[in-house]
Amino acid sequence: MRLTCTVNGTEQQVDDVWEGESLLYVLRERMGLPGSKNACEQGECGSCTVYLDGTPVCSCLVAAGQAEGREVGTVEGMATDEALHPVQQAFLDAGAVQCGFCTPGLLVATDDLVTRSLAAGAPPEDAEIREALAGNLCRCTGYEKILDAVKLAATRMSESAR
Amino acid sequence: MSAPARTPAGAPGSLTGPGSGGVGDDAARPDGTLKVRGEFAYGSDLWMEDMLWGVTLRSPHPYARIRSIDVGPALAVPGVKAVLTSDDVPGEKVYGLELADQPVLAVDVVRYQGEPVALVAADHPETARAAAARIVVDYEVWEPVTDAITALGHPHWNQVHDGTARVTELSRESAHLHPEGNLVRHLKVRTGDPAPTADVVVVNTYEVGMQDQAFLGPESGLAVPAEDGGVELYVATQWLHVDQRQICSALSLPPEQVRLTLAGVGGAFGGREDLSMHVHACLLALRTGKPVKMSYNREESFFGHVHRHPATMRYEHGATRDGDLVYVKAEIYFDGGAYASSTPAVVGNGGTMGIGPYVVPNVHVDCYGAYTNNPPCGAMRGFGSVQTAFAYESQMDALAAELGMDPVELRCRNAMEQGSKAITGQVIDSPAPVVELLRRLEAMPLPGAAPDDLRHMPGGVSNTTHGEGVRRGIGYAVSYKNVAFSEGFDDYSTARVRLEVVGGEPTVTVHTAAAEVGQGLVTVEQQIARTELGVDRVVVAPKDTQVGSAGSTSASRQTYVTGGAVKAACEAVRGRVLERAAATTGRPVGELRLFDGAVVADGLELPLAELLGDDAVEETLEWRHRPTEAIDPETGQGFAHVQYAFSAHRAVVDVDTELGLVKVVEMACTQDVGKAINPQAVVGQIQGGTAQGLGLAVMEEILIKDGRVQNPSFTDYLIPTILDMPPMRIEILEYADPHAPYGLRGVGEAPNISSGPAVLAAIRQATGLPLTRVPVRPEHLTGT
Repeated sequence: MRLTCTVNGTEQQVDDVWEGESLLYVLRERMGLPGSKNACEQGECGSCTVYLDGTPVCSCLVAAGQAEGREVGTVEGMATDEALHPVQQAFLDAGAVQCGFCTPGLLVATDDLVTRSLAAGAPPEDAEIREALAGNLCRCTGYEKILDAVKLAATRMSESAR
Repeated sequence: MSAPARTPAGAPGSLTGPGSGGVGDDAARPDGTLKVRGEFAYGSDLWMEDMLWGVTLRSPHPYARIRSIDVGPALAVPGVKAVLTSDDVPGEKVYGLELADQPVLAVDVVRYQGEPVALVAADHPETARAAAARIVVDYEVWEPVTDAITALGHPHWNQVHDGTARVTELSRESAHLHPEGNLVRHLKVRTGDPAPTADVVVVNTYEVGMQDQAFLGPESGLAVPAEDGGVELYVATQWLHVDQRQICSALSLPPEQVRLTLAGVGGAFGGREDLSMHVHACLLALRTGKPVKMSYNREESFFGHVHRHPATMRYEHGATRDGDLVYVKAEIYFDGGAYASSTPAVVGNGGTMGIGPYVVPNVHVDCYGAYTNNPPCGAMRGFGSVQTAFAYESQMDALAAELGMDPVELRCRNAMEQGSKAITGQVIDSPAPVVELLRRLEAMPLPGAAPDDLRHMPGGVSNTTHGEGVRRGIGYAVSYKNVAFSEGFDDYSTARVRLEVVGGEPTVTVHTAAAEVGQGLVTVEQQIARTELGVDRVVVAPKDTQVGSAGSTSASRQTYVTGGAVKAACEAVRGRVLERAAATTGRPVGELRLFDGAVVADGLELPLAELLGDDAVEETLEWRHRPTEAIDPETGQGFAHVQYAFSAHRAVVDVDTELGLVKVVEMACTQDVGKAINPQAVVGQIQGGTAQGLGLAVMEEILIKDGRVQNPSFTDYLIPTILDMPPMRIEILEYADPHAPYGLRGVGEAPNISSGPAVLAAIRQATGLPLTRVPVRPEHLTGT
């Protein structure tokens, strides 16, 4: 089948997609966007988290055809050529990146959390962060520095919004 | 006919990265920006226009004879380019890290569920999988051997038995998995009185379940056939050169024709020390003349790598009424599964450090590794020391209870210190601050009572308790572990360091084959070069087999050994540069040093750009830590280990005693790291290692029934989430080891060892239950 959707603001069209392929597979293998990761391919680890029409989803659980005509946002769309997104910079500064395989999914999930929290008027508290990121597995860090990174990102994004 | 070698999308380039940070600084990772941009290519991200996908057909049975294999139906599937079996392996048909006993593809017999039997290459992964399912394998199914003690023919708990292990005949012919029998290694430690007595004796039997490394990046790589008839393999692995040796043997090709490059590695923790898809992808690429990518999914990953050995351990501790340890007897069984992997070395660690960081005059240890038809077990972070720590630390708590002593007091009273003798007779010749680690933990403030908020309760927002039935417990544990390879292994690393001026800027290039698996070795390599050569711009070359072996990224050894090699190569480069500067300036070498891109001395600043011009100064050398020696086979005595790492944990838990749910409230850790080369990365290792130890204590286990894995998914094999990991307090001690570069100690494994036993001790204190098995499950706490 042919799939047409918008990825990181650019319209993409791919042909010969097999109906059984996931959005994750199409992003990685057909669109040249391997940033979203394939740690479990069963919706348990969050490493493939992308925005679908603004909502974070596990792209491994989205059939490619479900993305038809919709807007997809991946980790590759977060930074500009010149500057990292504040969430990306915070993960680096906090030391929250080791092997980095969980990182792309966590960046999308964190961006969603911080954006929602700030829109609601306050940066997320620890317990909220833990709940929001409970679907993103990390095997390297023990999560402490990820918490630090989320809080650092929230502080910086809150300041820059003022 | 082979295709010309080309470079795949995602082939690693040099890392230049941030330009500052020497030894002791929180330098930033050179691969960090790529990783947060989603541009860092892992093994599974590699891609070529005309690549094929390889998949593996695995045995559904833990033990069976293969009567026949019919690949015809698979070959008939459109899109399939090759189907291979063991007949297609041109070289040695078996491989292995220490003993070559594991078939590349099953030969006549399968010895574990998931053993690779055949391979398929096709133009789409689903086509390959569908074709593999059409291969017809006729199995004669045998009864599996699923228990290590039974596999050895030992009566359960033969503490009296001494001398060579007697492997009795089991009742059936197939009970010997391998020609030499089911014993992989028996290690003995014998010191002091063979028949000691003591005022107080505690005896217990402990079990540790099978843990999975659960690295997130699946086993993956891309093999590209080369014009010379060889192959280029880009792969996520831990030790390129030991892979190369095994691949060459299987392919019957010389090392020049099997060139490996490290692809991005999504965590390892020991699980990539053995081969997975390496030979398979090469076989398919050489057969089809096309690049072949293989990438396991999560279920296959559970079958595609070795796990941590499950262990059954019987310990007997004797002490005086005052709490001085008189003797320890230990009998330790590691279930190695179907193939040896690194079982001999795991037994080495389990036995030689099997009673913990304590001084005991009379010791009698028997440590066994056995073949069974369970999944093969090998390296995982903590390597043979994790299992025994659960037993010996539980024993210390049991003994303290028997004596009416404080558990920390008992530990401190018997703790090793510098100058103590280990049970191997080895004198601990660098700081061993066991007492200080424990005392510092004790001095840390304790967390307050849990707030009245479901999210802080065991069971969380599942709303299982509002505090009723919840009891708090506090537990301590301390452990030690060898750093680097032991028992006489020629353990070295190779570093190539080049200093030149590029675009007017002094630039150092560091080239080693040491695998970066996430821990941050690439950062450490840059930091060392900056410190030793006074140059900010340090490029880390791709890790490949174009430079000599760096040894394995395991045993907490790379910062020590490859760090040592990089330091030594930098020193050699520096020596040549300073000699040149001395000749130019007439100043003695002894007055000169390198700083900020220049040769400096009193009243002298000679920029490297000026001194070197277009010349490069390059040195390649091998560096070894001081040698260790094999232990005596009858007594276990010898200088077995080059260095020890010490860490201690305090765990605070809340347990819902009615439902058996555990909430770890806080973890505290103290660790002596000798010298923190990168403090931020050291803390990251402690936090991550602590999480994996916590996981084994309360949730992580590959469940095996009759040799079959019951839970090969992240749905059913649980690893800690951000909800499970509590806040941590960490204190890092830096007592230099005079034998090591910068005085450093390996860091990665120690915190993985003491963490779990502390959690177990805390649960035990909260519940009053003996708890002799990990992971602790709710039914162990409720008795249901």
